[in-house]
Amino acid sequence: MTFDRTKVAAERTIGVVSLVIAILAPAIFSAFWLNSILTQGLILGIGAASLIFLSAYGGMISLAQTGLIGIAGYALANMVTQRVPGGETKGLLLGWDPTLGLIAAILLTVGIGLVFGAVASRSYGIYFLMLTLTYTVIAFLFVGSVTLIGGFSPVAGVDQYTPGFIGNIVADRERLYYIALISAVFVYLLIRYVVRTPFGISFQGIRDDPVRMASLGYNVALHRTLAFGLGAFIAAISGVLYAWWFGQLSPTTMGLDATIQLLIIAVLGGLRRIEGAWIGALAFLAINNTVTNHIPSSGLPVIGGTFNTVIGFIFLAIVIVSPDGLMGLWDRMWETARRRGSPPRDVEGGEATVGATTS
Amino acid sequence: MARGAAVAVVVFAFLYVLVIANPPPEVGGDWRTTNTGSALDDPSSFLETILDGLTFAGLLFIVASGFSLIFGLMRVVNMAHGAFYLLGGYVAYEVQQRMTGSGFFLSGQDVNTFEWLVPWLVAMACIAVFGLGVQQLLLRWNQGQDLRQALITIAVSVIVADQVIAHFPRTVPLGTQKYGGNAVTISWPGWTNRLVDLHIGGVHYSLARLVVLALGVSVGIVLWLWLQKTRTGMVIRAGVDDRQMTSAIGINIQWTFAIAFIVGSALAAFGAVVSGSQSSVSQGQDGQWLLYSLVVVIIGGMGSLAGAAVGAVLYGLVFSFAVAYLPITGSDCCQQYSVVLTFALMALVLAFRPQGLFGRVA
Repeated sequence: MTFDRTKVAAERTIGVVSLVIAILAPAIFSAFWLNSILTQGLILGIGAASLIFLSAYGGMISLAQTGLIGIAGYALANMVTQRVPGGETKGLLLGWDPTLGLIAAILLTVGIGLVFGAVASRSYGIYFLMLTLTYTVIAFLFVGSVTLIGGFSPVAGVDQYTPGFIGNIVADRERLYYIALISAVFVYLLIRYVVRTPFGISFQGIRDDPVRMASLGYNVALHRTLAFGLGAFIAAISGVLYAWWFGQLSPTTMGLDATIQLLIIAVLGGLRRIEGAWIGALAFLAINNTVTNHIPSSGLPVIGGTFNTVIGFIFLAIVIVSPDGLMGLWDRMWETARRRGSPPRDVEGGEATVGATTS
Repeated sequence: MARGAAVAVVVFAFLYVLVIANPPPEVGGDWRTTNTGSALDDPSSFLETILDGLTFAGLLFIVASGFSLIFGLMRVVNMAHGAFYLLGGYVAYEVQQRMTGSGFFLSGQDVNTFEWLVPWLVAMACIAVFGLGVQQLLLRWNQGQDLRQALITIAVSVIVADQVIAHFPRTVPLGTQKYGGNAVTISWPGWTNRLVDLHIGGVHYSLARLVVLALGVSVGIVLWLWLQKTRTGMVIRAGVDDRQMTSAIGINIQWTFAIAFIVGSALAAFGAVVSGSQSSVSQGQDGQWLLYSLVVVIIGGMGSLAGAAVGAVLYGLVFSFAVAYLPITGSDCCQQYSVVLTFALMALVLAFRPQGLFGRVA
């Protein structure tokens, strides 16, 4: 019992310290780190959080999240970019009011998510994984082949059309960072809240035993569909932020590489706990940044290849050694300590990636 | 109600193809305008569309049956199936290049049957050994953890795909930049390079495509005979039904798993060589063929040979009919929506049978 309390206290402390560091980040980190690692990490983390939410509380590992992120981004890009002389020519260029576009893009993504979820609501486990992967690939092929909304070359200039309350994020990257931070905190609190509601509790019951929940009178398919819709909502937030951050959308946003990347992030952080999403994202980007800086242009020494080979081996190692990722390592450390009967001296381990970003 | 709507959509699609569709007029066009015209107006195009669908289905079946075989027996979703495919295609290409030695401007007439069969066999053998290695090293000690195994094969696919791009093709034609994973073509034997008169509706059809169809059917027959008529096949079927009971009566199930993985991986390479001869092998196809395999087995039902065949035929036909018969009302409508029909087909099947057409409830 005391161990659990110590662990919760340790996690809260780390959480508060991380949040304080995050708030002060623009003063601590270089502009490059702030924009490329922290902002992108927060945005990717939100996407990974939607994946982890479905997996941790619903037992549904969805590879559709990348597709939904891309759909939200593409919807926003098509709705808000304007037809100006010499400007962007790709996409529908509807030129809607950015606030309206933002709301419409998120609603559209949630709607598509509900349809996806309804189709997949009776599939479980590995079937669900495969089915949701096909969603993403179909979304990828759709935006690639339908030249009306984009085609294979990117739709650019999305970041110039932001709602008034968001402001100019092209010039002021710190602003975008704080927007991403607020969104991440919102998503985290939202998930923590939802899983405590009656809906969230019955959703977790369905994860553990769908047949029993059905015989108790719960509508299993409806619960899973609605939860998938919520996952789509979180993915849509990530997609919109990504569109603002990167400024352009291309089909590769939701290609197979991007899908696997989001899965790697989620697995790296740990599929059982929401916090893992952001830890995984920061770890992934930190590894990516470090490795890419050190690989010669001719490829890796001896075996050849690029960053993908490195992250592939890291992913393989994580899945073999600790399938629950870094958060799993952290939990296991406490478990070991509990058995030994003394609290661990080093409480940094599980949050090492957050610590690493301070250097 | 949903089912009624689904049936209505299917009936409408049939009517559209059979009678409603119109060939393009001199100017303009409406929602009935298609490239080919309805089956009544233009029976030879209709027949060609069916043949296109079936030949594509033959190819789909070759690749997807390997995927389905591995899943059916071992409950391993081999997400590296597409990567195996890609590696197999490039191995075959390199072998054929070495054998013919005529460089990149290899015309189909110059290749004899032997020079196609050897690359085909070498590629299948290489990928079979590679697949066996992956299975023994990475998938043997964690049986039953299907999700973890899927993640492991994803990691393998990431590594293999990146390594293929780094190392293949070994050389590129002068004046071409080698960026890794360039599109390359394996050549069919010369004798396939002609059109056959089918004596139905005046259709002359590519012999190479008919060979693809024949290969797909042969793979199906051989697999069926193997699974139904031999002792190994019997053990595999027993393993699919009840793995624990099969090993409890003294059968070495590990040995069977290894065989299934060898055959399944070899089929990925088989499909790659056929597809590479028909069109080309290039980077990015790993994801494409993984998707094809997934869709085919999701439609047909995992682990069922008949399901893979039916899934391949349905998918192949929907694909070819969508390309031929979707309306072309404007310059940018609507053929590119054929991708959406793939989703519609899958949704339709899953709405009626979540486990696929021939799948059993796990």
